[in-house]
Amino acid sequence: MVNPIKSYRKTFIILIITLLLIFFVNISLGSVYIPLKQIFLSLFDGQVEKESWKSIVLNYRLPKAITAIIVGSGLSISGLLMQTLFRNPLAGPFVLGISSGASLGVAILILGASYLGANISSYSFTSWGQAIAASIGSFLVLSAVMLAAIKVRNTMSILIIGLMFGSLTAAVISVLAYFSSANQLQQYMFWSFGSLGNLSWKEISALLIVFIIGILFVVFIIKPLNSLLLGENYAKSMGVNVKRTRNFTLIATSLLTGVITAFSGPIAFIGLAVPHLTKLLFSTSNHKTLLPAVAISGSIIMLICDSIAQLPNSEYTLPINAITSLFGAPIIIWLLVRKRKINY
Amino acid sequence: MSTKSKHIIKTTNLSIGYSSKKKVNTIATNLNIELKKGNLVCLLGKNGVGKSTLLRTLTKVQPALSGDIFINDKNLNNLNNLDLAKSLSLVLTERLPESTLSVYEIVALGRQPYTNWVDKLSEKDLKIINRAIEQTNTKHLINSKYYELSDGQLQKVLIARALAQNTKIIILDEPTAHLDIHHTIETFTLLKKLAKEFNKTIIVSTHEVNIALQLSDVLMLMTSANFIAGKTEELIENNSLNQLFDSDLISFNKTLKQFTISNF
Repeated sequence: MVNPIKSYRKTFIILIITLLLIFFVNISLGSVYIPLKQIFLSLFDGQVEKESWKSIVLNYRLPKAITAIIVGSGLSISGLLMQTLFRNPLAGPFVLGISSGASLGVAILILGASYLGANISSYSFTSWGQAIAASIGSFLVLSAVMLAAIKVRNTMSILIIGLMFGSLTAAVISVLAYFSSANQLQQYMFWSFGSLGNLSWKEISALLIVFIIGILFVVFIIKPLNSLLLGENYAKSMGVNVKRTRNFTLIATSLLTGVITAFSGPIAFIGLAVPHLTKLLFSTSNHKTLLPAVAISGSIIMLICDSIAQLPNSEYTLPINAITSLFGAPIIIWLLVRKRKINY
Repeated sequence: MSTKSKHIIKTTNLSIGYSSKKKVNTIATNLNIELKKGNLVCLLGKNGVGKSTLLRTLTKVQPALSGDIFINDKNLNNLNNLDLAKSLSLVLTERLPESTLSVYEIVALGRQPYTNWVDKLSEKDLKIINRAIEQTNTKHLINSKYYELSDGQLQKVLIARALAQNTKIIILDEPTAHLDIHHTIETFTLLKKLAKEFNKTIIVSTHEVNIALQLSDVLMLMTSANFIAGKTEELIENNSLNQLFDSDLISFNKTLKQFTISNF
């Protein structure tokens, strides 16, 4: 008997080929021109004309492209999870207060460094130091949101509580910023622009391990997420443990978004925009199709944004957050103006 | 099998209502229900009398205040969500959240209690889904999105989903609330057919009193004062129906087997 649920195999094949192409385009672009053949040789361990080319490809461009894929897919998956859980098309990976928490952590580290003593302030310029501060910050704010979430039965209230914590931390950051020096402010601004580069292989491994753990949680909730499409009561009547599904969804989102924000800063719009874009390509609500689909399209879009940000053949690199928003905001506006039915 | 009682649903001294830390709000007490397999059961009562609360309690959506509920001789408290999902399925009045689910996908979701962790549909699942679609006569709809359906079509699809869940009991909360008389009768005759031909126990809460009187095997009458359950003919015969609305406006006419407007 044939299962009439559409599998979208063709669309997936096209997306994967696009991803591979963009991946190589991304690696071949940069301030230094490297011939395409030499790039392939350096990737596949061949003899390269200049040792510096191999070093640029392997230690700078490849890690950045891999980071772009992890960031793009992780944020998009988190965005989709939040949109399904809250049944709200404007939910994104940061509604749980993760980016505000991370920002607070980093703001305290950089802007409050002078009050923390010399020992700590020496860490404020290293990426590990910022990653740890961001993790602690987002963990604390997230815990506060979660504790509130346990107290409230209504799923929608969690959304509002997350937003409230967001404005609370923003206020604290404003106060810190008011008393800070121009130098410190610039340092903080640079972090908040987001960045995909500057990660060593060691940092990427840490990022990847947490990413994989987050994805494992996602795999276990694909089935209950589909029954939640009929509402919590139907899901429960089909044997779904609604509370556990909600908790797994929150844990997966926290792990993915948390670790990504820790290493590459608060990257905006990807998590909100990619699920909507993907749903234009895949006219389905089935998470078995949608989750891999948003992961692939998220990676593609992040790689494109990163390629644009590098301003090909120039020495400048634009902040990645500016590019994602420049790209994301018009698309959301376009979707709303065209009154495209946005589903979630 | 002889040790098993022949009742698929049984309650003993059941009290239903809502309890919070501060106070207990009891809606009905001393409910003793005994339902046999293969019956169409209609639950009648005025708005706000507690029909939904009773159905929510029977389906473990909310806890009973006291007393016991037995589904297939097993105490409801000892059944986990998954066990319950295999013996009891629901059709609810609430609107479905927005999504792009197709009719086939909605019916297929009914197989979730039986599928593995990646929700792979086996040959057997596909057969049961197709049977549910045929029984409800919804084959022509399977590729439509659910939001394209009329209320009557959607109701049939939701019944198909409950059938795909392959449970002995199906509980429907006001399934015909938004339907015209044609679709209301169509839905009720479908339910009657499912009870008779496929030995399902179907409990329907409804305001369609006159249709319920003609089609149901068992009636459960809920009033603020008491709760009466029994075979439809017996309740007609002993005039129990007259208590249902407790109003001067309508009365039960035994010879017509219908409620009529009085003093008009």
